[in-house]
Amino acid sequence: MKFSENWLRSWVNPDLSSDALSHVLTMAGLEVEALEDVAPAFNNVVIAQVLSVEKHPDADRLNVCQVNVGEAENLTIVCGAANVAVGVRVPCARIGAVLPGDFKIKQAKVRGVSSSGMLCSAVELGLATESDGLWLLADDAPVGMAIRDYLELDDKLITLKLTPNRSDCSGMKGIAREVAALTGSALESVATVVNPVTHTEQLSIKVEDAGACPLYCGRLVRGVNAAAATPVWMQRRLERSGLRCINAVVDITNYVMMELGQPMHAFDAATLSGGITVRRARKDETLVLLNEQTAVLDDAVLVIADEARVLALAGIMGGAGSGVETTTQDVFLEAAFFHPDAIAGRARRFGLATDSSFRFERGVDFAATLEAMERATQLLLEICGGNVGEMTQVRGALPVRSEITLRSSRVARVLGIRLECAQIADLLTRLQLQFVMKGDAFNVVPPSFRFDLAIESDLIEEVARLHGYDNIPALAPHAALTMLPYSELQRPLTRIQQTLVARDYQEIVSYAFVEEQVERELCGNADPVALQNPIASNLAVMRSSLLGGLVGALRFNINRKQSRVRLFEVGACFSKSADKYVQTRRLSGLAYGSLAPEQWGTPARAVDFYDVKADVEALFAPQSVRFVAATHPALHPGRSAQIFCGEQSIGWIGELHPHWQQQYDMAQACVWFEIEADAVMQSRVPRMSEIAKFLPVRRDLAVVVDESVSAQTLLDAMLQASVSYVQEVVLFDVYRGRGMEQGKKSLAFRVLLQDTQKTLTDAEIEPGMALLVDVLNKCGAQLRM
Amino acid sequence: MEQLQQILEQALAQFAVISDEAELEQVKAKYLGRDGSLTALLKGLGKLSNEERPAAGARINQVKQAIEAALQQRRDAIAQAKLAARLAAESLDVTLPGRGISSGGLHPVTRTLERIEHLFHSLGFAVSSGPEIEHDFYNFTALNIPENHPARAMHDTFYIDPEHVLRTHTSPVQVRYMENNQPPLKIISPGRVYRVDSDATHSPMFHQVEGLWVDEHVSFANLKGVVQDFLQRFFEQDDLQVRFRPSFFPFTEPSAEMDMSWKGGWLEIGGCGMVHPNVLKHVNIDSEKYLGFAFGLGVERLAMLRYGVNDLRQFYESDLRFLKQFN
Repeated sequence: MKFSENWLRSWVNPDLSSDALSHVLTMAGLEVEALEDVAPAFNNVVIAQVLSVEKHPDADRLNVCQVNVGEAENLTIVCGAANVAVGVRVPCARIGAVLPGDFKIKQAKVRGVSSSGMLCSAVELGLATESDGLWLLADDAPVGMAIRDYLELDDKLITLKLTPNRSDCSGMKGIAREVAALTGSALESVATVVNPVTHTEQLSIKVEDAGACPLYCGRLVRGVNAAAATPVWMQRRLERSGLRCINAVVDITNYVMMELGQPMHAFDAATLSGGITVRRARKDETLVLLNEQTAVLDDAVLVIADEARVLALAGIMGGAGSGVETTTQDVFLEAAFFHPDAIAGRARRFGLATDSSFRFERGVDFAATLEAMERATQLLLEICGGNVGEMTQVRGALPVRSEITLRSSRVARVLGIRLECAQIADLLTRLQLQFVMKGDAFNVVPPSFRFDLAIESDLIEEVARLHGYDNIPALAPHAALTMLPYSELQRPLTRIQQTLVARDYQEIVSYAFVEEQVERELCGNADPVALQNPIASNLAVMRSSLLGGLVGALRFNINRKQSRVRLFEVGACFSKSADKYVQTRRLSGLAYGSLAPEQWGTPARAVDFYDVKADVEALFAPQSVRFVAATHPALHPGRSAQIFCGEQSIGWIGELHPHWQQQYDMAQACVWFEIEADAVMQSRVPRMSEIAKFLPVRRDLAVVVDESVSAQTLLDAMLQASVSYVQEVVLFDVYRGRGMEQGKKSLAFRVLLQDTQKTLTDAEIEPGMALLVDVLNKCGAQLRM
Repeated sequence: MEQLQQILEQALAQFAVISDEAELEQVKAKYLGRDGSLTALLKGLGKLSNEERPAAGARINQVKQAIEAALQQRRDAIAQAKLAARLAAESLDVTLPGRGISSGGLHPVTRTLERIEHLFHSLGFAVSSGPEIEHDFYNFTALNIPENHPARAMHDTFYIDPEHVLRTHTSPVQVRYMENNQPPLKIISPGRVYRVDSDATHSPMFHQVEGLWVDEHVSFANLKGVVQDFLQRFFEQDDLQVRFRPSFFPFTEPSAEMDMSWKGGWLEIGGCGMVHPNVLKHVNIDSEKYLGFAFGLGVERLAMLRYGVNDLRQFYESDLRFLKQFN
């Protein structure tokens, strides 16, 4: 909502500077988004009439002009503009003037001819960015008048960021009403004119949906001169409101909308066939709008129609072919109240946002509809002439403003400050809210122009707003103290994040939407959750894995010459399951480049699967997880595993597939892991067990086995054998190469045996060890000799 | 007796020039060993008369003790010299860098969130979270934003299907939490939110922290108190000015926008208000008995101000040169 400050001040003129007025509005909830000068500062520029033009004796392109600036003596001014001519009225900067850019006008000699000022273009006055010569003013521009006064340039533009609840401030009258309430200044009262009716012809008006349109007023004005010029003052106010001038009749309807907040529409009566009907559109009816867009309608949309066709989208936009042109002679004026529910969201369906729909979907003062009609009629008569017809009104059930009880005790409870009843009464009165006092309560009936006052809280906000939020103290709350639960069965995620940080991973935050191809090909997600309205085609689907974001971040950093990159992210991942969206929080990381930063004391080595596996194990410790070889579209098939916690698959680890490494132009493969956050957050309450009094016995077992047999297979087999006294079996060495047959490897296990009651003897140990060897043999492993 | 004095002087002189442990022990034998000169004298005592013997024995023993003491002293000196030499040989260049991996760091948004959570935790706020693909009902309807409400247009919503959106704010968590918990309630809800918007000051994904306190006696003045307290603690600035300006949110009434003083002006930092009775009604909380306040803070905005970040997009570029500055 943008408007001229002077226009507002013609309604209400508080003794406040522009800045102070803006502050008052902002602090009352009508945020002033911008306060701008209409024109840059300049002075001493008056309207001059050019009396004579003669060629400069020494310069082809210059003219020497005699100009009248409204004083007894004419001025001689040298002018270089091509469009200077005898009789034109133009702005003239006089000696002593300072123009925008600190351009000072002095008495000067131009090629030997003395010049007493400068005739100006709009550019030189800072009012346009380009021009083709002098600014030619109207023929009746008063000679000698200061141009700032003539063009009313000592004005500012105020832009309000109107919240949806304050539709009452979408017209000058409403804003003025608010300013009056806020400042106590008198509001200019404008008596509603009643225009004498000079003909009796009426169009028939039928409202089929009275709920959607409880009030429709129409009037036929005959014999207008639609080609009449819109008065300069009106043009100026419209332009300063950001509205384009079209023709006098349309300008008048726009002006009334800006002045009173009531959108209006004018039809060319000659284009109408029969009477007007306000009805729901029929399915697939179409309307070519004023902006030449074709709207395909259905019965959710309210339209204005005649007997032949749909004329307009009610409360949103008129149609092409029925609007007023400069040739129009008879005008049918419409002022209606369309219910917000019937308009809300409809404009958006057609990609529209019009001044009219903005107001109707928020609520227009239904008690002021007639006033708007009379105001528009009055302006039409003044500007375009014509014969005024009888006003036709079709009325249904207008909204009823119900009484709201406002308790001063509730005001105190909600706001935390006690206001006297007299204070509250004063605030309500200033807001033009009618009320009856009952004890310490007020029975308030909101006015027709307020659509945001329905319950007590709404009134409390009004009281608080007018009293001033600044006048409510900031108080520390008092409450009963209780502690928050703090479970030991879950580790806070921050601690897990800290573990990764300690292991040299840098956290990133990436978008939750990714490129569809990444989801399908890299993450193997055949059915990603897609956005209906993505912001860009490469951000079209929701991620099912954090892999895409991490790889993207890795590539970004590799392109910036980073040779060692270790990243992690925590975030939700999304997938579909039947008719539900599954949202799982995951923790994922990748490591690329050397294991450690380049340094003197450690030989450089590329990070590998087992380095990252150790990181993952550290995250879970003391919980242990299992790694089972499995394939993933992003990963090297021989170097990837699924991670299990009990029977449940909770993640992946592996080296990037060489195919992706090549496609992404990486010097080496990165190792990636992803785990479910819930799984890694699981914890337990530790329970102490007795420490054995007797020392354990260690026995080592070295076996040779085929490369294809995993270490886990042997470990599992030994543990499942449940051999007596065996407390722990740990793999401590893997050997390949010299002395080992091709395709074989040697694995060495440390077995710890222990009894809580006694020290074990060889006789007690040997049968168990033999059993373990037996178990290993069954797995194809032979004791290494 | 002259002989005794001679032996002592000779021994002391010999010990003084020896710097090797083994050699010292060899020399020791010359005096105290089986065939040592002092041993010989002791053996000779038997030849003396009973009257002479005690005095002579005492003198020999004195000399023996003196030699032993000198010997021990020399041993210690040699050991100490040896240790000193070893330590000198073993000394390191302590200025060489330490060995091993370095450490990473948390994202500035996480760092900010931790700070926010910690501050509110100190007032007893629990942390609650909700889904990011949110049902239209929780994101809008339950928050008093019915279909076609102009406020929906202000939200620039990402749609998944006609009923599901990417949540446009963290406020739906309020509703979900109130559905499952009885007052008094005191939560914050940090998380990612989404809007169809992208430039230097808008990101299609960003973070908010929602706060909610429902109790019998919480007021707008308390809302001001808590938010002001938070901002002053967060920025570690006791004189930080906080301004509340009337505004509109369908789910709060009265509503306010919070501004904080910054470099001579005011900066919008979030929205807040008293929970709208309709919202309480949706979750069967008696709005006569209970009052509530809610607030929403922009996490990136707080991080930008705190750490001097000037372009919102940098948070999501994952540039290590940017991220490492917050470690």
